[in-house]
Amino acid sequence: MLYDIFIDPFVQMVEMPDFFLQVLWEGFVAGILYALIALGFVLIFKASGVFNFAQGIMVVFAGLTLVGLHENGVPAFLALILTIGVMGVLAYGIERVVMRPLVNQPDIILLMATIGLTYFLIGFGEFVFGGEPKRMIAEELGLPTGSTAFEMGERGLVILQHIDIAAAVIAIIMVTALGIFFNKTRIGRALRAVADDHQAALSVGISLNQIWAIVWFAAGLVALATGIMWGARSDVSFALEIVAFKALPVLILGGFTSIPGAIIGGLIIGFGEKIGEIYWGGLVGGGIESWLAYIIALIFLLFRPQGLFGEKIIERV
Amino acid sequence: MFYREAGQFKTSYEADQSLFPIRQDRIGLAVILLVAFIVIPLTANDFFLTSIMIPFLVFSLAAIGLNVLTGFAGQLSLGSGAFMGVGAYAAYKLTSIFPDVNVIFLVLVSGVFSAGVGAIFGLPSLRIKGLYLAVTTLAAQFFLEWCFIRIPWLYNYNASGAIEIPKREMFGVTISGAEATPIARYFVVLVITVLIAGLIANVMRGRIGRSWMMIRDMDIAAELMGIRPLQTKLLAFAVSSYICGVAGAMMVFFWLNAAEPSSYSITLSFQILFMVILGGLGSIAGSFMGAAFIWILPVFLKFVPGAIGIEIGAETVEHLTFMIVGALIIFFLIVEPHGFARLWQIGKQKLRVWPFPY
Amino acid sequence: MNAIISNNELPQDDFAVEREDLLRVDNVSLSFGGVKAITNISFDIKKGEIRAIIGPNGAGKTSMLNVINGFYHPQEGTITWQGKVRRKMKPYEAASQGIARTFQNVALFKGMTTLDNIMSGRSLKMRKNFFLQMAWIGPARTEEIEHRKKVEEIIDFLEIEAIRKTPVGRLPYGLQKRVELGRALAMEPDLLLLDEPMAGMNLEEKEDMSRFILDVNQEFGTTIALIEHDMGVVMDLSDRVVVLDYGKKIADGAPGDVQASQAVIDAYLGVSH
Repeated sequence: MLYDIFIDPFVQMVEMPDFFLQVLWEGFVAGILYALIALGFVLIFKASGVFNFAQGIMVVFAGLTLVGLHENGVPAFLALILTIGVMGVLAYGIERVVMRPLVNQPDIILLMATIGLTYFLIGFGEFVFGGEPKRMIAEELGLPTGSTAFEMGERGLVILQHIDIAAAVIAIIMVTALGIFFNKTRIGRALRAVADDHQAALSVGISLNQIWAIVWFAAGLVALATGIMWGARSDVSFALEIVAFKALPVLILGGFTSIPGAIIGGLIIGFGEKIGEIYWGGLVGGGIESWLAYIIALIFLLFRPQGLFGEKIIERV
Repeated sequence: MFYREAGQFKTSYEADQSLFPIRQDRIGLAVILLVAFIVIPLTANDFFLTSIMIPFLVFSLAAIGLNVLTGFAGQLSLGSGAFMGVGAYAAYKLTSIFPDVNVIFLVLVSGVFSAGVGAIFGLPSLRIKGLYLAVTTLAAQFFLEWCFIRIPWLYNYNASGAIEIPKREMFGVTISGAEATPIARYFVVLVITVLIAGLIANVMRGRIGRSWMMIRDMDIAAELMGIRPLQTKLLAFAVSSYICGVAGAMMVFFWLNAAEPSSYSITLSFQILFMVILGGLGSIAGSFMGAAFIWILPVFLKFVPGAIGIEIGAETVEHLTFMIVGALIIFFLIVEPHGFARLWQIGKQKLRVWPFPY
Repeated sequence: MNAIISNNELPQDDFAVEREDLLRVDNVSLSFGGVKAITNISFDIKKGEIRAIIGPNGAGKTSMLNVINGFYHPQEGTITWQGKVRRKMKPYEAASQGIARTFQNVALFKGMTTLDNIMSGRSLKMRKNFFLQMAWIGPARTEEIEHRKKVEEIIDFLEIEAIRKTPVGRLPYGLQKRVELGRALAMEPDLLLLDEPMAGMNLEEKEDMSRFILDVNQEFGTTIALIEHDMGVVMDLSDRVVVLDYGKKIADGAPGDVQASQAVIDAYLGVSH
């Protein structure tokens, strides 16, 4: 038993490095996608202190809108632009109807409001697009398909899907762009000001409503990118919603306000989950992917509650 | 006009601290109990009992359970569905191991198991709060769900992976299993729910209820007043999970007859959470109102449009339910974060000052 | 004038000599990361006195109270409570030893009524277990009612009968402060720490609050340590005053002496260079 837990998995890793690398790659790609979802959460949390439970459904919603438009005869790129428009309208609507009336409410109330929003969007999405899974129009959007196999000398093959590489590249571009946006632009500065203190930001003439609409729109764009990537790997379906819960442990690891934290947290969870499932999952009957991330986060919480990149909180009375 | 407390003087603290200090409230409660125990059993048909009353009561109890934790003790939980599952599986195992013991007793004992599990997952609550705690409870939800699937011993190695409830009798009346009559089940569920609701209402007006609310409202101040945070929170987790566990066991024993792991999924957790939010955080009466609303709305949507001549498909009903529930949650959080219970209070206040508007 | 700083050698007020220490703080230092909040502070609180802690903003007054009731743990120094050196303890342990407290920014339980808030001060004195409470029979009910009587006495004392059943979130600030005092009194503490009990009050409210503080001290014999910025109040109420500035003690003694101290004047008005 001890052998199975502490030695055998490592022996396997060394003996079959091609397989191990393949697992690592899978973990990396899953991690990137978790990171993208988490990124959407971080954007909104940074600017408004709201934990946006609806980020997962926004991913599904964006994906469905894109596919749905295309199915109705809209050319792929036009559909993409229209979807961006829809996300903009959605962002404005959420700011107007949900966020504005709830300003200054306790966190927990805002969280529950986004849970309500999630339910509304699930119902609305299914009402408009139907509940069955749809194929993502990856090819039509010019995303690469196919795969490349790398030979590792005598030891075998590692297969990389092109779409995964594209996902990684797009994620890196988005993170860089968001980083520049946050740190170098006027709106980015205003955003950080709002995050720090709503009232102080208002008093120097920053429009809270405008900033929030922008942030929700940015989160919508991140959701769209995530939706395309994830949809291309599997399908666009409401099952994705459960996957979005994985963003929570990612955020716990990375800290709720850190963009690099979201990426690194996502990668840790991605790697941990895949390696854990493949090498240790069999010992307890498999399927541990569904909860391993949360347990990792839980253990982490007990030792470093502020996350990897958060600051230690000193309580005051 | 009818709802005035003028002239009702209390001469002892005891009377002032009773659960329903106002006479009209006591009459109202008596009427409700009368309807529940006599009128409904005499008049209702099987459909009404099985599809509306029994699930309503089961969900009310589950909502009370979550309300103890989230509404009274202020610890957000997204794992109540899994704790209900622990109760259900525990009760199922208990009936297979002790087939001769009274099934109601076993259902009540099964809550102890989910209380234990709940307390274990409540341990991190000492160090973490709010959202972070929600992650802990999500861990509980997914881990326990996984256990229900992967540990065949829990469902007696049934090929279907589901648990099926055996026939059990009490005083010669079948109360569980497929042959039990709706009326028998209804009485069992009603008695357990009313009993637990009453006991919890008592807890809430005493020291322990207060200590939970202290932790909820201002945990630092509570600690400086001598409240031990860990014990207080763990007790809240245990009591909440106990109630959820009993509700979960009742759900399968007296309502569904069979259950699979997906019966206790995160969807159920959210459903219970919505009942608590809409009904009113920190209100026992609100738990009943929230459960009634969330459970009866879809039934209502299913049958009423048909009755007035508009055909709506089953799927559309589901979608509409989602949209309406989601929108209502947002609406309630905006206008009245304390839900139906507070609206009810406001209504009573208006009656009290009637005919003046303030 | 600088002699005040080392006033231990000077003859003190009669009562400071006569009475025994309730609490002694010896060479306590507290820092957060690199920031020093309190540096090497020593003072004592005698049984039955009203002890004021004053100083400009950021002087470490509230941190000092937090140390006393176990919320912060100082890196150095000892605290002696009723003659025994105290080990590192949790806030609830400090509470059970008889230290009660009010807060700078009112920390009432917002969702509860005035009555329940003050009842919550009795938590430590109530013992009946969960199952008895659940059934609301016998001892549990008697206990609740007994404590309700005590709480009603406090409500009478503070003249807040009319707001007994009002949720505290709806009360005006001055009354909230009063309810908070009531909650602390319900604990029947040996030492009562008041963190700016009169902040944000108008003159009448301050007068009321001063009266309550003096009454508590004289009627119940409760020892009081208070932080306050209103110098008039401090000088009138307190028996002895300790002055902090930048986390250091700069004066300690009777109100009149402290008022005349050059170091205190410099701390409040600034020094010309």
